[in-house]
Amino acid sequence: MDMVTFLATFVSGAMVFLVIELIRRGRLKEKYSLLWLASSLVVLFFSISRESLHWISLLIGIQYPPSFIFLLAFLFLIVINIHFSTVISELFEKNKTLTQEIALLKEEMKENKQ
Amino acid sequence: MKTLIIIPAYNEEVAIANVLADIKAHCPWADVVVINDGSTDSTSAAARQDGVAVIDLPHNLGIGGAMQTGYKYAERGRYDVAVQFDGDGQHRGDQLETLVRPVRDGDADMAVGSRFMGAKGYESKLARLLGIKILAGVVSLVCRKTITDPTSGFRAVNRKVIEFCSNSYPDDYPEAEAVVLLNRAGFRLVEVPVLMRERQAGSSSITAFRSLYYMVKVLLAILIDMLKRAPGR
Repeated sequence: MDMVTFLATFVSGAMVFLVIELIRRGRLKEKYSLLWLASSLVVLFFSISRESLHWISLLIGIQYPPSFIFLLAFLFLIVINIHFSTVISELFEKNKTLTQEIALLKEEMKENKQ
Repeated sequence: MKTLIIIPAYNEEVAIANVLADIKAHCPWADVVVINDGSTDSTSAAARQDGVAVIDLPHNLGIGGAMQTGYKYAERGRYDVAVQFDGDGQHRGDQLETLVRPVRDGDADMAVGSRFMGAKGYESKLARLLGIKILAGVVSLVCRKTITDPTSGFRAVNRKVIEFCSNSYPDDYPEAEAVVLLNRAGFRLVEVPVLMRERQAGSSSITAFRSLYYMVKVLLAILIDMLKRAPGR
């Protein structure tokens, strides 16, 4: 195993470990972690088997295999950003409903006291 | 018929007392609720002095979220008619009767008070007027009926629309969007010519500088709404 393979495997392995550890400690909801887990597993796979990286790159017409990695990383970041936007929208909607509910309940309590 | 007048207010401590007095003078038959949208001034205290119901939102939700709170309040209080009446003094108590009539008589599900239908012209900044005209054109096109004043916040709705709006209501600058959404959901809309005042105090949520931004944003929101699936009733 050469140095580059070792380093790449080590770093991506650490990433998989980090994601799993965060889920285990309840710091990352399973629902939101699937994308991270999937992407770190993909990176880990390509680190271990560089032949498959070369093979896939050439198959889809990319002459320089690292470009394929960049492309994947870029796409992944876009996807996870869209995902975050949907999560934020959902949170916004829930937060709004809660705010309204609290205000309505406060008013109701005041009325009941009188 | 149980009628509720909903007044969304954000930092309107100066104008709110006059608004409440105006309503009381012309519409003693209606209940009033002020939705204090997280004001940083004494809007809430000023409104409470007049003995009306006040709902204090813990933080600012914007006009859409505030109005939806009012519709929820109307829904739970089993009101038959709900009226939106701005807290800045633009809307006139003596026009309430005209506005509410078509809804009360069952001729429409929603009545919108229009500044541009009556004989008297409405004075405003040119940029803003132009923005409103363009919006009116687009909204009319989308609704397949003439809407002269889609940004008017002076409107009355019946029980069915109260229920619909307490379930879902647009967030920012909701007036024009609500017209399109309600029309698409099959509600009968009607415009009523009304008189409005120049604002007394505070600053509009739409300043002259923001006219263009406002128009583009509302147009985009309407286009996006058209992409969404038709809301169920």
